Amino acid sequence: MFDWLFRYANPARFMGLSGKLLLWLAAATVLTLGCGLYLGFSAPPDYQQGRTVLIMLIHVPAAIVMELAYGAMVVASLFSLVNRHILADVAARTAAPLGAIFTLLALAAGSFWGRPMWGAWWVWDPRTTSTLVQFFLYLGYIALWNAIEDETRAARICAVLALVGAVNIPIIKFSVEWWASLHQGESLVSGKIAPVFLWPLLLMILGFTLLFVCLWLVRIRTLILERRVRSLMGAA
Amino acid sequence: MNFDMSPYGIFIWSTYGLTVLALAALTFWTIARWRAVKAKLAALEKI
Repeated sequence: MFDWLFRYANPARFMGLSGKLLLWLAAATVLTLGCGLYLGFSAPPDYQQGRTVLIMLIHVPAAIVMELAYGAMVVASLFSLVNRHILADVAARTAAPLGAIFTLLALAAGSFWGRPMWGAWWVWDPRTTSTLVQFFLYLGYIALWNAIEDETRAARICAVLALVGAVNIPIIKFSVEWWASLHQGESLVSGKIAPVFLWPLLLMILGFTLLFVCLWLVRIRTLILERRVRSLMGAA
Repeated sequence: MNFDMSPYGIFIWSTYGLTVLALAALTFWTIARWRAVKAKLAALEKI
């Protein structure tokens, strides 16, 4: 079933394919972010939130990429544990710092949005608290990788941590439905956003996702080369 | 395009400033590390 995936999971093949893809992905990232920002800044103020609605164009895409990055880590960790594939370890390890940065951005943007709308920089709301837990999960994962010297052992233990931590993803998603929350409910899929704000938001989500993929690919390529450097230095 | 953010300019521009700074630093750091490792590998392969 996953034969096609394993064909490209060969580090040499991956380097070739990702090298060809990167330039196109980078161009698409710049284009989508540019169009998203242009449409966003051209939109009229929201009738309730005024121009603070522009913070949504950072907050929501960063939060979606935060979950996407963790989803990528979980899938890679699963392949790492089941198939013991070296590229799966590298993929999971390199996604974590990116996920942490996007989580921090989602939290910071939420805070800058919360101050004028809720009257507070921070509220111990189920959504904000579970997102903060997600940030600490990323930090814990990164710290664990760096704390264990044996890479194979580190990969196994971190893969287990990533899988256990996956329980927080549905908690973040459904926290606004399960508990009383100040944070607004889901509005993207249910069509509650006016098209004038929806299109720039969708473009920004796509742009942030493409940026994540670009940076992730470069970081995977870097780690593959670092391993080659280490093996050459060991042989010398 | 409308750049008048009043009365919330400080919150909106701070968000965008922080985001641009963080993503630019992340991109720069990622590319710099890639280039450094690539140069190191090229030097090792010459030996």
